[in-house]
Amino acid sequence: MTRALVNVPKTAKRGDVIDVRAMIAHPMETGYRMGPNGVPIPRDIITRFECLYDGEIVFAAEFFPAMSANPFISFSTVATASGTLTFRWTDDAGKVETATAEIAVS
Amino acid sequence: MRARWPALGLALLAGGVAAGEIGPSERRSGRDFMSAETRAMQADDNSNPGMLWVLQGEQLWSDPAGSKNLSCASCHGEATESMKGVAARYPAFDDASGKPIDLAGRIARCRTERQGAEIPAREGDELVALTTYVAHQSRGLPVAPPADERLAPARAEGRRLFETRMGQLDLACASCHDDNWQGRLGGSAVTQAHPTGYPIYRLEWQAVGSLQRRMRGCMVGVRAEPFAYGSDAYVALEAYLMSRAAGMAMETPGVRP
Ligand code: HEC
Ligand code: HEC
Repeated sequence: MTRALVNVPKTAKRGDVIDVRAMIAHPMETGYRMGPNGVPIPRDIITRFECLYDGEIVFAAEFFPAMSANPFISFSTVATASGTLTFRWTDDAGKVETATAEIAVS
Repeated sequence: MRARWPALGLALLAGGVAAGEIGPSERRSGRDFMSAETRAMQADDNSNPGMLWVLQGEQLWSDPAGSKNLSCASCHGEATESMKGVAARYPAFDDASGKPIDLAGRIARCRTERQGAEIPAREGDELVALTTYVAHQSRGLPVAPPADERLAPARAEGRRLFETRMGQLDLACASCHDDNWQGRLGGSAVTQAHPTGYPIYRLEWQAVGSLQRRMRGCMVGVRAEPFAYGSDAYVALEAYLMSRAAGMAMETPGVRP
């Protein structure tokens, strides 16, 4: 079950710089920790985050083990047209979690 | 944290003035002691990581579960209506067991008896998320401990525990949270230990956890043997803390360092 919170303004004027925020529940297990029995806890992190605006990548980031659990990303982009912003988080195993938000541009 | 506490314990012992109970006008939410950044994180639902657990709880609320294949919503409808103010009056007296029960315990009861599901683990994601979601429906409402005489013994026992010295550091909860709440322990504000934001997202845990988990941390901090999750002792402490915070606003999910 994907647990993600994404925040995009519902409406904007064409050309406006808009703030976009995205947070996902994820342990971001570094791979450097030991479990209670001394066995290493396997690494399990999100390695890549992407935001697509009507199918085109407008923001992307690589994640590393030093990032906290439940990573929060904030960035800005330009409102160009009404459409869908798609958020994509890809983890070590290649599993992709997604969330979407709509924006109406006038 | 464990490394910081011994030095603090000594400082408290040396300087400990028995200031006693906190007057009603002096009461302050733990939030007020936090840094501006932590307060901002709590105040904005889009940056408060606790909202991820609220979201999960919301999904669980309407997922059918257990042998009866019923969801919480099948019986309780919209949580925004049916669960409004519920967390603010827990722990409540439970007729079935003849003793006080906390909110998580109450939810676990519905999960097993009404849905026919497995007993959820106390600090497991599922029960924590459901509890956070239910408690969130009381955000902004005043803590309203029930005027139920049957809760009086638990409140008295909670108070006794709060004021009893424990652990290798030989400190009572009250030594810090009544007598030295304006102080700092290492980098952390001691605070008055109000339960208003629970379950909270704690940055140190990188997760949401219950009031009992928070209290457990304090007991380990003074090197006392923590009570078992769900034990009568924790429920009694919760009952006392809620009566001590009567009228203060609920904040679930709070954010703490
Ligand atoms: C040595 C001092 C000390 C003692 C003794 C102590 N605590 Fe704490 N407590 C703290 C500190 C410091 C914090 C702040 C959090 C942290 O550790 O970063 C805290 C936080 C809390 C909180 C969270 C408040 C909030 O706003 O989120 C609660 C509740 C609490 N303690 C309850 C208790 C209870 C119950 C006991 C007794 C079993 C106890 N504490 C014993 C120092 C103490
Ligand atoms: C089959 C119907 C049924 C289902 C399913 C059910 N409950 Fe309940 N629940 C009840 C009834 C009836 C009561 C009140 C009577 C009682 O004390 O048992 C109750 C009481 C409660 C209370 C206490 C309310 C108060 O005012 O004190 C909470 C909280 C609660 N349920 C949460 C849940 C949650 C969360 C779920 C899903 C995990 C759930 N319930 C599933 C029937 C149900």
